[in-house]
Amino acid sequence: MAKANLTFKDIGLTVSVPVGVRVIEISEKVGAGVVYGCREGDCGTCMMKVEEGWDNLSTPTIIEDKVLKDNLAGRHYRLACQAQIIGDVTVSPA
Amino acid sequence: MNVKDIDVSKIQDAVALSDRVYWVGALDPHLRNFDIILKTANGTTYNSYLVRGDQGVAVIDTVKEQFSEEFFTRLESVADYSEIKIIVLNHLEPDHSGALPELMRRAPLAKLYISQKAQLMLKALLKRDELNYETVLTDDRVSLGDRTLRFLHTPYLHWPDTQCTYLEEEHILFSGDVFGCHFCDSRLFNDKVGDFRFSFEYYYAHIMRPFKRYVLQALELIDPLKLNVIAPTHGPILRDKPRDYVRRFRELASSGLHRELNENEKSLLIFYISSYGNTARMAEAIYSGAGMIDGVRVSLYDLEGSDITSFVDLIEEADGIVFGSPTINGDAAKPVWDLLSSLAVINTTGKLGAAFGSFGWSGEAVRMMEDRMRGLKLRLPVPGVRIKLIPTDEELAACKQFGQQISKALKGELETTIVSFEQVLQAEQENVRSF
Repeated sequence: MAKANLTFKDIGLTVSVPVGVRVIEISEKVGAGVVYGCREGDCGTCMMKVEEGWDNLSTPTIIEDKVLKDNLAGRHYRLACQAQIIGDVTVSPA
Repeated sequence: MNVKDIDVSKIQDAVALSDRVYWVGALDPHLRNFDIILKTANGTTYNSYLVRGDQGVAVIDTVKEQFSEEFFTRLESVADYSEIKIIVLNHLEPDHSGALPELMRRAPLAKLYISQKAQLMLKALLKRDELNYETVLTDDRVSLGDRTLRFLHTPYLHWPDTQCTYLEEEHILFSGDVFGCHFCDSRLFNDKVGDFRFSFEYYYAHIMRPFKRYVLQALELIDPLKLNVIAPTHGPILRDKPRDYVRRFRELASSGLHRELNENEKSLLIFYISSYGNTARMAEAIYSGAGMIDGVRVSLYDLEGSDITSFVDLIEEADGIVFGSPTINGDAAKPVWDLLSSLAVINTTGKLGAAFGSFGWSGEAVRMMEDRMRGLKLRLPVPGVRIKLIPTDEELAACKQFGQQISKALKGELETTIVSFEQVLQAEQENVRSF
């Protein structure tokens, strides 16, 4: 299975994860500061800043794009409950 | 009307703030508990306002649904529904949006103005898709001819949707819940009502305090405004020295402790409770280890030694907090939960958290405290330490190292650990994290 490195900058931890996993699934397991609220791409609680590897996450869906827009999110911000890991990324809580 | 004569409990008319601006709200003097969380010793008011321009009328915020009749009666005393061109909702909580559906039905020509984040809430509250509304941001304006409303985007005061509206020609700020309080006095104006200072501070402490950062951002928008009146959605209308209330908000939202720390210095608080002294010994070792790292000011507190309020104040200003508790009947001790359940009034997002404790059989307390801290949106970079009964010298050395690691993490000096997905899954299964 293809793997990629997901780094949580706030707790100084890199996890080698299978490609396709959503960021929130790992974040909650390791206790990083990216935390979830509704898990349905609605509330924006799990918004994170992608520090490195912006292109290594799945493309935002229409729903995610709308939530990011409603929350006036900057360019490199994503929802951890929606974004799937494709390659190496470094994230921190928004 | 002579100001001295104002007693809105006896009249059902609108009350003039100026010759173009009216209070059309409702009194709720019998309310004793608001939204479960707030005591209201003499009730509250739901303040709604009406602005008349030479090309139409605007209604700013409505009232709780069961007070609709009082609201509509006051509104009808100064305007006809066909004149209403604009409805502004600064905040969609039901105590301000309750009369909105009926108002929109009675005033079909009106367009609703709300913040961007209010959209989803609007649909969830009204259960209707086809609504005549527009979203607005800071400095967007709507005109009533010779009167202009300007919007200020002030989110999270105290919901994501909140905004303020400024009447440019009269320098009146319709501030929503900001600068409000639960205080019911039929004389309405701050220079006429009874002493509401406690209510003002109490409301801030429970409603605005978790959002201090957003309060300061909002004050950046409010400070430059000329202010003749602040008209909030609850409590007295602030027409006498309105600037004093803005100043008080800044004081309340400014941090005290950080000014006492040196530049780049971090503060770490260690709280513990101990039954046989084992968790206390761990706490002292962690305290000693954490203090070995330059630039971290460490404090140690026995939870039995003070009341919750003082600790909450300390935690609000701290960069990191560590909790220690023995495991008693499979749980952390009650004083720990008492403190951890009192942190909803402050913002703990992004602070560093850690946990430790001695145990006899199973030792669940550490993981439970860690889970609660995650729920409070703390980050936990250093896995908790659990020691079976009496700590050995070796184990106390490990506690000291744990303290050092916490301080290093606070300083951003912890090296990145690399683990596999399998290790993460195993740690989850075993309920113990070692990385």
